Order: sequence, then structure tokens, then C-alpha cells
Amino acid sequence: MKLAARNLGWKAGRRTIVDDVSLEIMPGEFLGIVGPNGSGKTSLLSMIAGLRRPVTGSVLLEGRDIARLPRRDVARKVAFVEQQAETGERLNVRQAVELGRTPHLSALSPWSAEDEAIIDRALDDVDMRAFADRPWQTLSGGERQRIHIARALAQEPRLLILDEPTNHLDIEHQVGILDLVRSRNLTVVAALHDLNHAALFCDRVAVLHEGRLAALGRPPEILTDHLLADIFRVDARVEIEADGSCFIRYARPSTTARRFTIREPA
Amino acid sequence: MLRVVAGGVTALAVLFVALASGAAIGETAIPLATVVKTVANRLWDAGHDLDPIDAGIVWNYRIARALVAAACGASLAVCGVVLQSLLRNALADPYILGISAGASSGAVAVAILGFGGGFFSLSAGAFAGALVAFGLVALLALRSGRGPVAIILAGIAGSQLFNALTSFVVTKSATADQARGIMFWLLGNLSGVRWPDVFLALPVALGGLAICWLYARSLDAFAFGPQSAASLGVPVRRVYATMIAVTALMTATMVSIVGSIGFVGLVVPHAARLIVGVRHGVLLPAAALAGAAFMIGADILSRTVIPGQVLPIGVMTALVGAPAFALILIRRPVTR
Repeated sequence: MKLAARNLGWKAGRRTIVDDVSLEIMPGEFLGIVGPNGSGKTSLLSMIAGLRRPVTGSVLLEGRDIARLPRRDVARKVAFVEQQAETGERLNVRQAVELGRTPHLSALSPWSAEDEAIIDRALDDVDMRAFADRPWQTLSGGERQRIHIARALAQEPRLLILDEPTNHLDIEHQVGILDLVRSRNLTVVAALHDLNHAALFCDRVAVLHEGRLAALGRPPEILTDHLLADIFRVDARVEIEADGSCFIRYARPSTTARRFTIREPA
Repeated sequence: MLRVVAGGVTALAVLFVALASGAAIGETAIPLATVVKTVANRLWDAGHDLDPIDAGIVWNYRIARALVAAACGASLAVCGVVLQSLLRNALADPYILGISAGASSGAVAVAILGFGGGFFSLSAGAFAGALVAFGLVALLALRSGRGPVAIILAGIAGSQLFNALTSFVVTKSATADQARGIMFWLLGNLSGVRWPDVFLALPVALGGLAICWLYARSLDAFAFGPQSAASLGVPVRRVYATMIAVTALMTATMVSIVGSIGFVGLVVPHAARLIVGVRHGVLLPAAALAGAAFMIGADILSRTVIPGQVLPIGVMTALVGAPAFALILIRRPVTR
């Protein structure tokens, strides 16, 4: 599944959110999108998923402009997990995951045993099979996030786009989810907050800064002390492990360099 | 499969019982056997010997009335389900798009201001008013951002405007009798209903239900919002446009025949969700059935509660509907 973003731009009113971003997503890779808050990660992802029409540029899915493809065709290939989608409906867990089959079913096609098996597998994958009959409203934030991912897996996409998928998850499930999507035969694009997760799981990372693509490449080549200081404004040491992977150790900001000063009451 | 058949049979049975009750119960009680024989005579010339007055009451008045009540209740309930799901708002009802307000303005324009010089009926005026109001609301919603909140706010603006126009005309120009008549019409009135109304209401109700049902999976996909629906392959804009146009036409048709009967389109969808769940493939037909039965029941009550006087059916639906809604609000699970 090859996807190419060409000169993507997005504006909110007059403010430029994403500015001339071009990148190609290679079949089977795990591409991490990192960047400080407000650097345009979510806007870039929703353009790549074809959910938002870019102001400039275009997204090519297997060589064809995603804006011209029928939504259903796109949804059979690309699944998108947004941040914190909520519902007021009295759904249970299983019904929430069943929605993932929507692009594969027409108005009249019946629900099949195969669909049923796909739902079971998706629930197993996120470790939520035992929760199948629980009402949505009784789930914790992390459990809801896992169900959203199960729904995306039930969609049987070839490209999975995740917007900060590890939010709300405990550390076991953070690592578990990233490992799961990695181990599936999927192309994955994920906005990640935790740079160590990006270093651990991503084949490549794209660094966004103020809407522009600041760097793109293998984690050990990209995530340098320098870049962390310039773009993320943190003092950190990047250590390269024996196997070539990298690991980021953050340092406490020194008092003189502290950017968020704590004011003492007058 | 067995459950589908069982459900269908139960649904038809409920519907027939409701229709038969609607035909049998009234100021002159007519035995159920007479009702059945009348229908048999009419539909396949069974040749039963019947009192022509009884047969006339059953066929010309009560059955026509019960069928329109059913079509109307079903339509309002289906529109309520669709709009609540699409706009993700538990308080959405078929009138949220300004349709009843526009219909009342159209009706007073014809009845009091004499628009159309007697050439237009009250119903035609109401239908035209409903469409004008809906058009304005749709335009406003398109200009103000297209999202669910924009649609709801545009609907509120439109409703307020047309309700004010109606009040203005009524207070300025109506005689006491006219005002009373308009009030009666606004609260819903099935008294004037005859067979031609059936031939309008029934196809609109069935056709509307069928179209909405074809969109059942798309409506399901709106559970987590329009963005989530889009990522599940739903052409969001087309579904919005189609569903809102279909519900607007269904509602406008029903309002123009019987007036704006409240609460059915708000309460029945919630009750149906509690009973059959949130999947629209089942929910839509269930709501249609419940709405039809509820409306026939409300009509029977409105004709019989006070002997010798017919209450506006909207009073009955709200008298039953308001406490029912209160109950649902209490039983609803707290969402965080």
C-alpha cells in the first residue's frame, strides 16, 4: 500500500497549520509523526487519511488522488483512529467494533460468520474479548482507546493511521498496542508523543515543526541531541544501543534555562 | 433468521390489533366482527350482510383515520430516530428543522390572511410554509458551518422566526373563532381525515421508511461522529443531504395533513432504543411500528376520554409522552 503526500498545506482561517509537506509512505513500514503540540500532526494525518481536503497539494493512494476516490473504497484500504471519539449512544463494546465492517457491507448484505470471526479476532488483538458485552459508557479512557483500535483492525485496512494511539493507556497497553500494529502485516502511520516509543517501534520518523517537515529518516539518524534541543526544547542525551537502535534520556532543565518559571507570590 | 420472522409477525400482529381497535372503539362502539366483515366486503367483495351506517363509519371514517394516524406516527418516529442519530442530539425531533413552525405560518397565511384566495387548502398552505421554513433553515445551516450544531442552531432560529410570524398574524388579524380553530389545528387534528389523505400519507410513510432503512448502516456509523463515519467509508455529506431532505419531506407531508403533533417524534425513538437497541436496521422499523401504534392509541384516547368531545391529539400524545420522557431521562445511564 503506497501513499504519497505532495506539497500538503492546511490553513485554519489565516493561520497556516501545515505548510508544504511532502512525504511517501512505503508499503509495510511504520512511520512515526512527531512534533511539539500544535505542530500540525493531527491536520497532516487527517489529510493523509483523506478526511480533510488539503488547501494545497494532494494525497495519492496507489497513484490516484484520494479526494477523487469514493469514501467506501478508501475506507476498505485506510483506517483512521482519531483522538477521543465519543458517543452518547447506548452501544456495547462488540457493537462499537462491528462498525468497522461498515465499508465492507452494503445496505442489504447480511452480517456473516466471517464478519463475526473478524470481530472476535479484533477484540482478542486488543485484549478486550472479555469486555464484549460491556456498555461503552462503563469503559475507562484506555479501554475505549483499545476498542477504537479494534474497530480500525476490524476494518481490515492495509494502511492504519493512528492519532496518538497510546493516550490514556497504561504502560503495558502502550507498548502492547504499538507492538500489535507493528506485528500485523500493515503499513502504519502514527502520531506519537513519546519519542522513545517512536525510536523503539518506527522504521522512520517524520518531525513536524510549525507545520513544516523538519526532518525525516531512521530514528537514530534523526533524533539527535541537537534536534531535541532545537525543536522540542528539551535537554536530552540520545544513546545508541549495541543493536543500532536509540534511546533518549531527558535531563532536568537547569534553573537558569527553565522556560516555565514558577512565580513566587508577591 | 427465526428472530427476524418472529419479529415481523409480532410487528404485523401489533399493527393489525391497533388498526382494528382504532376502527372498533369510538363514540359508537362497533363490534370487531363488523369491522372485519366491512374490510372483507370492501377488499374482496365478501358479501357480508351489514348495517350500512356501521359499515360507513368503519370504512369511511375510522379505518381511514387509523391508517393516517399510523402513517403519521410511523413517519414522525422514523424522522426522530434519523435526526437524533445524525445530529447526535437526544433532544432532536422532526420539528427541529423549523418544519412545524413554517407549517403553522403557512396555515395561518391561508386561513386568516386568505392567501391564495380560497384556491389553496389549509394543508397546501401548511405544506408550502413548511418547505419555505425548511429551505431557509437549510440555507442558514449551509452558511454557518454545516455541522450538527450549526443545523440545530439554524433550526432554532428558523422555528423562532416562523412561530413569531404565526403569533403576529393570529393576534393581529384573527377573530376569536379563527384563533381557536388555528390552535386546534396546531395541536393536531385527525377529524377531517378521509381516504385521499390515506393515499398521500401511506406511500410517503412507507417510502420514507424504506429510504431511511437503506441508510441504516450509514446511520450506525455516525455513533462516534461525522469524522468517524467518514473514516468508515460513509459519504457524510451525501448522507446528511439525503436524510435531511427525506425527513423534511416526510414531516412536512404529515404536518400538512394532521397538524404538528408533538412528542411522538421525540419520545418514541428513545423508547424504541431502550427496547431494541441502537442498530438502525432494527431500530427504524421498530420505531415506525411503535410510532404507528402509539399514534392510533392516542387518537382513540383523544376521541373517548371526554364523551361527546374530541381533544386535539397533540394534547394526548404530550400527556402520555411527557411522563414517559421523564421516565426515560431518569433511567438513562449517566454518561460521565
